[in-house]
Amino acid sequence: MDRFKTVLTENNIELTRAETLVLQINVGLECNLACRHCHLSAGPTRKERMSRQTAEQLVAFASKFSFHTIDITGGAPELNPNLPFLIENLAPYAKNLILRSNATLLGEETYSDLVELCRKHQVVITISFPAISEIQADSQRGTGVFDQSLSVLKKLNDLGYGREGTGLELNLVSNPTGAFMPSDQKQLEKRFKEVLQNKWGLECSNVFSFANVPLGRFKEWLEKSGNFAAYMDKLIKAFNPCAVSGAMCRSIISVDWDGYLYDCDFNLAIRLPLGGEPLHFSELQELPGPGSSIAVSDHCFACTAGSGFT
Amino acid sequence: MSDSYYKRTDLPKFAEISEGAPGLASKFFDYYGAVFAEGALSEREKALIALAVAHAVQCPYCIDAYTQACLEKGSNNEEMTEAVHVSCAIRGGASLVHGVQMKNIAEKISF
Repeated sequence: MDRFKTVLTENNIELTRAETLVLQINVGLECNLACRHCHLSAGPTRKERMSRQTAEQLVAFASKFSFHTIDITGGAPELNPNLPFLIENLAPYAKNLILRSNATLLGEETYSDLVELCRKHQVVITISFPAISEIQADSQRGTGVFDQSLSVLKKLNDLGYGREGTGLELNLVSNPTGAFMPSDQKQLEKRFKEVLQNKWGLECSNVFSFANVPLGRFKEWLEKSGNFAAYMDKLIKAFNPCAVSGAMCRSIISVDWDGYLYDCDFNLAIRLPLGGEPLHFSELQELPGPGSSIAVSDHCFACTAGSGFT
Repeated sequence: MSDSYYKRTDLPKFAEISEGAPGLASKFFDYYGAVFAEGALSEREKALIALAVAHAVQCPYCIDAYTQACLEKGSNNEEMTEAVHVSCAIRGGASLVHGVQMKNIAEKISF
């Protein structure tokens, strides 16, 4: 379990925090999908949800510190009824407010007000979109999800999201549909944009390409399919010392649905706490400063492989 | 000696071939890297061609390497299967087109 630490030492690298600029909020593990690559094992049977009280405290917390970016994730954040409250009340406290979505629920009529709210506050919408192949995308996310995602993209495009000059940013995140490394981001973005435009007349602002993190449901699948050792080997061989300085854990704090703090959403998945001991955000007097330690484990190889996970 | 000529674990040892002739290996690997870099064709397209050629030359190392490379460059099962069919068509076609030689010879020596 200490291979990552060993590799850092071998490369003479000390992984410590830089300035904390990003507050990531995980509002719960409930999700309408059960994607095979999910590091949190989120799904329809998970009932963990951020309460209204925690959401209110979190707004007060965000108002106390100056975050450049606030990034709301899940599960499917849409399923937490406190999401509109969070968007409305967090928007004044960050230059950049991001909502991560699995690109299915936003297409439903029930969530039309939510989409309008996002538009009103210029919330960046970042959606999971693993592949431009229906078979590959559905193999990761479930039958019919690819078509639903195209409908959501169309709806968001119609509202101005992803269209140039609107200021409404729509980003796609592609994770490999199996135990292999992610595509080069620049080339993937070029191809996705071409195919989306030519085949369906759709647009997006950016496409991000990230490695799957060997935790949760993805780790279970790796083990069951006999791919775990080979996948870890690939991640380790792809270790890029230059990717360490840009790792997101250096500038982010991640709050779980129950208010406890982590260095990132992956440490959150295995409850590897920020600072080594469980710490609730309400107990935090000041943000962790540059040079402070970051909890690491072997899943961190996913963030340092190739061009990294920033 | 192992019981099999082909072992999955041999593929990562490819670079060791440089031990016998480092100068030649260096030239080959530099060239290899340059061939697969983005150019008039994308890296994804080149990986699909390599996958088809790997099937034509029936190299299990290359099939393993370029199946993974194709997926990592963003290709899907339909595209990769079509690439293998291209290889199959050329191999099959190459056999069949030699039937013209067979016909020429048979016609020459027959009444």
